[in-house]
Amino acid sequence: MKELSLHILDIVENSINAGATRVKISIKEESKRNLMTITIADNGKGMDEDTLKKVVDPFFTTRTTRRVGLGIPLFAQAAKMAGGDLKITSKIGMGTKVEATFIKNHIDLQPLGNMADTLVTLCALYPHVEFIYEHSVDDKIFIFDTGEVKKRLKDVPINHPLVLEFIKDYVDSNLKSILEV
Amino acid sequence: MKSLEELEKIREQAKDLINLRKDNENKTRIVVGMGTCGISAGARQVLLAILDEIKKRNLNDVIVTETGCIGLCKFEPLIDVIKPGQPKVTYVNLDAEKARQIVAKHIVNNQIIEDWVIPNI
Repeated sequence: MKELSLHILDIVENSINAGATRVKISIKEESKRNLMTITIADNGKGMDEDTLKKVVDPFFTTRTTRRVGLGIPLFAQAAKMAGGDLKITSKIGMGTKVEATFIKNHIDLQPLGNMADTLVTLCALYPHVEFIYEHSVDDKIFIFDTGEVKKRLKDVPINHPLVLEFIKDYVDSNLKSILEV
Repeated sequence: MKSLEELEKIREQAKDLINLRKDNENKTRIVVGMGTCGISAGARQVLLAILDEIKKRNLNDVIVTETGCIGLCKFEPLIDVIKPGQPKVTYVNLDAEKARQIVAKHIVNNQIIEDWVIPNI
């Protein structure tokens, strides 16, 4: 993986495979603490304690095509390389939360990459899932909520090509404004 | 900066096309491999290129979906093209540019690009 936005896409795929109908992605950048925290929380079926212990192991997967699974181990590695860590909490029937921390100015921190592309991909492929994306840089914050988009669209589907084009520009331009110093 | 208010305008534009976009069996399906292997090999750009071509060419009878890892990771990014009444065609080792050409040649003009189809394994 070359950028954190691809890790995020990959982890959200896990959420959807676990039956999530609502996924919240939050990115919190704090200059004072020199810290960036990425959290992906879903309302999927959750995991028991035993499974939870195994998920950071690359030789564990719930897939049947192959016996290795690299999504979470790669995300954990990206965090550790940047002086941070990855934590997963989960409860059967309640959902799962993956939280990765990164030292903001660490030389090995992967670039965040294109979050607009990740969100457009998710809206295109999973029009029935609610996504909430919350990105804060110190006291500036941008929130993108597909529920709000759908309310305005009424009968027009969120994965309509014109809507996807709008989402791309909307996320890009709003993120730019909070990332500017 | 863009605001959500603009969605009202888009809704009006999109509404007219909506009846044409209802799911039915006569649609072509494009399935993009979006497992960890696919994503790290560039599936997101492939998917976005396909969506962009569909928008530009105003293709109303194409559905784009995803699948996880199918166990052919070294061939990622890959897609399946399933046209109604025709066998599935799997394209491998794609990038955004190849994906655009597949939309133009295979989806629009019904010409399979044999060179990019999965080899016998």
